Amino acid sequence: MNGIKDRVAIIGMGCTRFGERWDASAADLMVEAAYEAYADAGIESRDVQAAWLGTVSSFRTGQPLAEALKLDYIPITRVENACATATDAFRNAAYSVAAGIYDIVLAVGVEKLKDSGFSGLAVPEAPGSDVTPPTPPPSQFAMAATRYFHQYGIPYEEGKRTLAQIAAKNHHNGTLNPRAHFQQEVSTEQVVNAPMIAWPLGLFDCCGVSDGAAAAIITTPEIARTFRRDYVLVKALALSVGAFGAIRSDWDFTHFPESVRASQAAYQEAGIASPREELDMAMVHDCFTITELIIYEDLGFSQRGRGSEDVANGSFALEGDLPVNTDGGLKCFGHPIGASGIRMIYEVYKQLQGKAEGRQLRKADLGLTHNLGGRPGSFTCSVAIFGGSQ
Amino acid sequence: MPGIVAHGAYVPRFRLGSQTSGWPGSGERAVANFDEDSVTMAVAAGVDCLQGRDRQAVDALFFASSTVPYAEKQGAAIIAAALDLRRDIFAADVTDVLRAGATALRSALDAVAAGSARQALVVVADSRQGTRRSDTERNSGDGAAAFLVGQDAVGAEFIGSFTLTENMLDNWRSSGDAFVRSWEDRFAAEEGLERIVPDAVDGFLAKYRLALADFARVALYAPDARRHARLARRLGLRPDQVQDPLFGRLGNTGAAFPLMLLASALEGAKPGDMLLTVSYGDGSDVLAFRATPLVKESSAAGLSAFLDSRAVLPDYETFARWRDVWLTDDAARRPAPSSPSVSALWRESNKNLRLYAGKCNACGCVQYPPQRVCVNCQALDDHSHLRLSDRPGELFTYSMDYIAGAVDTPLVVGVVDFQGGGRIICMMTDRELDEVRVGMPVQMSFRKLRVVNGIHNYYWKAVPRRLNLASPVASQVEAPPVSAGG
Repeated sequence: MNGIKDRVAIIGMGCTRFGERWDASAADLMVEAAYEAYADAGIESRDVQAAWLGTVSSFRTGQPLAEALKLDYIPITRVENACATATDAFRNAAYSVAAGIYDIVLAVGVEKLKDSGFSGLAVPEAPGSDVTPPTPPPSQFAMAATRYFHQYGIPYEEGKRTLAQIAAKNHHNGTLNPRAHFQQEVSTEQVVNAPMIAWPLGLFDCCGVSDGAAAAIITTPEIARTFRRDYVLVKALALSVGAFGAIRSDWDFTHFPESVRASQAAYQEAGIASPREELDMAMVHDCFTITELIIYEDLGFSQRGRGSEDVANGSFALEGDLPVNTDGGLKCFGHPIGASGIRMIYEVYKQLQGKAEGRQLRKADLGLTHNLGGRPGSFTCSVAIFGGSQ
Repeated sequence: MPGIVAHGAYVPRFRLGSQTSGWPGSGERAVANFDEDSVTMAVAAGVDCLQGRDRQAVDALFFASSTVPYAEKQGAAIIAAALDLRRDIFAADVTDVLRAGATALRSALDAVAAGSARQALVVVADSRQGTRRSDTERNSGDGAAAFLVGQDAVGAEFIGSFTLTENMLDNWRSSGDAFVRSWEDRFAAEEGLERIVPDAVDGFLAKYRLALADFARVALYAPDARRHARLARRLGLRPDQVQDPLFGRLGNTGAAFPLMLLASALEGAKPGDMLLTVSYGDGSDVLAFRATPLVKESSAAGLSAFLDSRAVLPDYETFARWRDVWLTDDAARRPAPSSPSVSALWRESNKNLRLYAGKCNACGCVQYPPQRVCVNCQALDDHSHLRLSDRPGELFTYSMDYIAGAVDTPLVVGVVDFQGGGRIICMMTDRELDEVRVGMPVQMSFRKLRVVNGIHNYYWKAVPRRLNLASPVASQVEAPPVSAGG
């Protein structure tokens, strides 16, 4: 196995403003993201040899991407893989370049969620017996929070406070990002006292529901050098799909094996021995505050059961030793499902290039993205790692 | 000698009572939760009755109720699946009349006496509705009883029965009507109940040459406490012969009422006691029993335990909402539900109704739903069925969802781990929020999830454990008894 490390590069990226984009269709969002990426890379539409479109519910095929961008009869594949959809579209696009099939490819992630008429996620399901309990995502992750508090003997008020600090951190980062859906500070008191959504998770423990799109132009490092000096190299692309936790009564609900497996595979592929020390940043799947807390432990940033200590110490803030969700995270971008993974890559790409504006980290050489799709017990998890060209 | 081998009962957890604001009644009445109906309560009584008994030995099932969910489709078939009975049983719904419970019990005893069934199960349940704040609503209660009838090891021998059938339009409810209607109360009492019941009792006594004074207890139907007292006086019963009608605690449970009182009488009976059950509705079925030395062993958790396990609703509006919201689970933030797939329901019958887990024959791992490939050792198609519906469990974790539930907000969704292995993620019901905690003892209860496209979709939910569950026996079945997969 050769792995993907240093075999493909990103030479251009685009990302729309995320939010309730009443003004924009899914096609509009794809055009916005793709043309920013073209301009960033210095290519034109006709340079794209193949494309991958990540979307969960906006489109059923890859064809709408061809229609929106007027691509020239090239191969396009639609990818759907839960909340890891965008990163998996990126992964498949990257593998095609690494395999030597194409020189320049496009990966686009998009989701138009705000045309459903419902404030929550409204994803249609296949016909079935309809006996499984209605557990929208907040309820699923609330079960993890309940058990986490119980397992580690954390009193409710203390646990809520830790989660609130995570939300406040990400909201602060979001104020520094003009593309974020939410760009205002929240205090830990506001988060703790917000209306309950699924106990123990309140409104500000949950990420928003937004529209958005993001795009990446992928090529070989050799070709990348002909476009720009500050291209970004892919160091690892890992995917782990699990389906067992909800069935096995020995699973604890307080760690997500898919995150552990995907991150370990990615660290191995990238040659990382101590992620907490070696990584400069991580964009992780903070669909809920409890998710980010558990991710700290699953990805090896914090010891088991001690994520709250690192939160209290500010380790994951912009000024901390391992800043997490520097762009504001799902918390401030919302979660247009098919777009989020590439939106995360966009932030790492900009940070590695030193173009992250008010959020720019002093040291930014190695960054990670992480997506977690599905539900506790059966996740699809992608972890990707990127490094600078130097 | 045919008789009652075992009996059980079910009373919903909730009550309307004097602490219920806006409730005009005195005393208490039992009320079914929003997700309970006659089918689910019949299952609960059946589970109680069959505790520690071999369900494979049941040859016939009678379901009696005046409030069946379907006009066309058998309730007994749903109940037989939920109770995990055999496929080759005789099953019948006995419906449309208040004396249906006694009719079903008599039919079951006749079947056993005739030798067409060695053991027959009778489940009777009712949840009748009067118009809001009417006498009928105030005096009614919701509940169920179950009787396992057989030839051997009976706790009460069947002495005999007598039936009068007389067309009588004193209470009625047409197809499609929600509420019971009645003619003027005094007519119904004087020309109905108080004329027909004494005639039936006299007919019984003459047929068997017995005297009413011979009976230790008489379980007597009447719509309310006042009519019950008048009828007992009219029959000339001594006060100690009158089985407590439980008005003020339970309420008139319709077709189930005389049989719930019989169950109550059996709980307190001494060997040799003679018991009389008198039903009413388009005539009367009268049945008589004599307690044997095994009468104590025939009781399960029983009526008294369920009556003691209770919570009073804070306000009448909650009850009214439960009865009015039937029941599309239509949280405003969600798209309207589509019809469940009938082929999927059929395919998943063992999983959904019998609540079978798979127990891997290779490694012993219990997994719900059953898996073709073992989640632990990857063995292929090598598991036995293990029924979870009557196994005690504990709450491993939970959430309380303020958005997803429409009727029962917040909706508590729990992860339940069963004694002996197996885990299920399911809804909780009958819960009070301040009792929900990690580690709380729970059990499973058969409930109606929703009605969409005219389909009553039933499944199991977790409820706080109200009674001590006996260890299930004979719940491990080597081969599935029905042809559907799962």
